[in-house]
Amino acid sequence: MINVPTILWFDEEGRIARPNDVAFGSNDFKEMTGIDSELHLERLRAWVRGEGPAMTPEEARAAQTLPTAAEQEARAEFTLAWWLSQRGHAEDAEPHYVRAGELAPHDFTIRRGTMLIRGLDPMGEDFMKIVNEWTEAGNAFYRPIEPVSAS
Amino acid sequence: MPTLTLLHDGRVDEISVADLARPTISPEQVESLLGWELKPEGLCQGYMCIPVDQDDLVREDGLDLRVLADALQRPLVTEEKHAVASLGASHHDRAEALDSLDAPDFTLPDLAGNLHSLSDERGKKVLLVAYASW
Repeated sequence: MINVPTILWFDEEGRIARPNDVAFGSNDFKEMTGIDSELHLERLRAWVRGEGPAMTPEEARAAQTLPTAAEQEARAEFTLAWWLSQRGHAEDAEPHYVRAGELAPHDFTIRRGTMLIRGLDPMGEDFMKIVNEWTEAGNAFYRPIEPVSAS
Repeated sequence: MPTLTLLHDGRVDEISVADLARPTISPEQVESLLGWELKPEGLCQGYMCIPVDQDDLVREDGLDLRVLADALQRPLVTEEKHAVASLGASHHDRAEALDSLDAPDFTLPDLAGNLHSLSDERGKKVLLVAYASW
């Protein structure tokens, strides 16, 4: 699942200390997302203060989701579509946006992120349609590296 | 000769092609734009060479861009009407980069338009948060 919000921690040398993870800065959307922001914030504060670890390199590698050939093709389709959109060729861009979504249905940064420029509603029915398809197939819309309780 | 706009590696380059339906790229441009040199042993970058069927790759007017992309395991998508092609990154290269845990440098503007690069923050711990307002 490629989605926002996503967070990354980088150490002082610019290395990935914690790979992409789902975390919120506050509990404003806790009821909707089921994710309590406090666990991440506690970990983050401890790491910054030197009171707690990040991940080991092995843990960070294991937590990464490596890109597939289909995802990279989706990104190439998105790049082409965006270039066309920016030059006023919306009709010609559309099949490339659609193809990108077919290649990487789990990439909501492409599928939802392109809705506004395609004349679709990223907060309304168009969005809910793809979310429902995704979740009804048994997929989580937010999937943190480790389970986070919304208690 | 028509011009093809090639989107690749965060860049936009123009290449002259004889046939937009089957675009080619000169060996010199493959080297200068993509960093690969065509040698008898294959496509080479430093000491590393990828074997490639040169009968398929080499055409009268240059190297077949689609065969080249396949050899480099990079996705290539084209829009002939607007003479534009997008050459994506290889998933192997991306996986290798991620496995190194070395974050690629990037530069983004803040709300005031000031540019910030990750490399500006060496010596500090950095939290990157990506979200959307839609």
